[in-house]
Amino acid sequence: MTGFAHRHLLGMEPLGAAEIAMLLDLGDRFLEINERPIKKVPTLRGKTVINLFLEPSTRTRTSFEIAAKRLSADAVNISGSASSTVKGETLLDTARNLDAMAPDVVVVRHAQAGAAEMLAGRLRASVVNAGDGAHEHPTQALLDCSTIRKHKGRIDGLEVVICGDIRHSRVARSNIWALTKLGARVRIVAPRTLLAPGLEAMGAPGSVSIHERLEPALEGADVIMMLRIQKERIGGALFPNTREYSRYFGLNPRRLALAKPDAIVMHPGPLNRGIEIDPAVADGPRAVILDQVARGVAVRMAVLYLLAGGDAGPSE
Amino acid sequence: MTPPRQPPPDSDLTLRREILDAAGLARTLRRMALELAERIPQEGRPLYLVGVRTGGAYLAQRLCGFLAEAGEPKPLLGAVDISLYRDDVFRGLPKPEIGPTELPEPIDDRTVVLVDDVLFTGRTIRAAMDVLADYGRPQAVKLAALVDRGRRELPIQPDVVGVAIETTARESVRVLLAERGEVDQVVLRERRA
Repeated sequence: MTGFAHRHLLGMEPLGAAEIAMLLDLGDRFLEINERPIKKVPTLRGKTVINLFLEPSTRTRTSFEIAAKRLSADAVNISGSASSTVKGETLLDTARNLDAMAPDVVVVRHAQAGAAEMLAGRLRASVVNAGDGAHEHPTQALLDCSTIRKHKGRIDGLEVVICGDIRHSRVARSNIWALTKLGARVRIVAPRTLLAPGLEAMGAPGSVSIHERLEPALEGADVIMMLRIQKERIGGALFPNTREYSRYFGLNPRRLALAKPDAIVMHPGPLNRGIEIDPAVADGPRAVILDQVARGVAVRMAVLYLLAGGDAGPSE
Repeated sequence: MTPPRQPPPDSDLTLRREILDAAGLARTLRRMALELAERIPQEGRPLYLVGVRTGGAYLAQRLCGFLAEAGEPKPLLGAVDISLYRDDVFRGLPKPEIGPTELPEPIDDRTVVLVDDVLFTGRTIRAAMDVLADYGRPQAVKLAALVDRGRRELPIQPDVVGVAIETTARESVRVLLAERGEVDQVVLRERRA
């Protein structure tokens, strides 16, 4: 196994293809633990993982908690409403206080881009970014890549469509980094108001393309990743109404038929049924959405194992 | 705390002597297979061999072959990976590749034979027993080791042994196997002073 030369996991951008592949391989190994009658190994016994979630989350927080517990680490969860930040304490002060209790890993979600990186330079614990504003959500990209690799056998050379509110999506950014590093081509689809500048420059020249219409982008696609439309943005200047969005950018069975016959449909959740994805697609045979969730636990186990498990060195 | 015991790199080792050559290894495994068939009570069920990855897993496969050659019923063959159960995960040991644990049938109420290449401190076997306990409750766990080099740190003893030798702390026993692209051989080496 090649080494993992990072003390923190802040994003997909800083990682090399070999490191991402190593995390995915390790995640595949941990999947088996989740199928056992006794879903626990003693590996991280005595280690402490704090999940500091200052934005709402069910899936990611639960997934990190289960990942820590299945490795026998102690997991402590702190959510926005229960934290001292509502009393006016800054993120850094909250985190420093938690750090003084000697956790080994702090998993942080925060509305501000760069929050995890800011903490990484100031805490003794390893920091895992579980979503920072519209910047990155690396473990989501890992579980997406893991799911793609399982269903397609590879990532290199695949055509991946990512459709939705790209502008506000850390999931899109982390996936663009990871997928292009692993050799996929990414087609970004969004209404012009929900695009962001500079996306083409994230991958090698030609590996990221921008589309303002869904149908042409679906042709020949191997993977279709639909992003959630964030309800709080509906009715704003960028996003007039859901019916119009659904008419042009929703994935329904007719549109799905434009992609390759064996294309898979992914969604990071939570689903807005009938808006970005038709229920017939979300519940259909091509959807791998629950597979993504299952693999999320395994890749997070891999991340915690590498960060809390001490120095990774070359094997004998 | 005592420092972790790292397997010394090959460059630090000099060859002391050959313990088994290829023919000797085959002969020893054949005898071990017969001993297993004779000494492990199975109550009409096939032997259940579980190799400790990676060396022990290859040896368990070979034992299966020798049992078949001797006309014994085909054993069940499983493998355990102990990487996640080691007591030295955090002590600077290199991280080995984590292999899958595969048990073809539930181990509950079975007599399971762990197979390892070199029995030394006993810590590997302690970890392997912990793995088994997470999968079920065997009726008994037995241990077959190709080489018992002594110097145990835990109260663990083998039931079937290929070769037993006395070693010093500076010596190292290495089982070379064709399955890993090596020439079959068991050697005793010593760390350079």
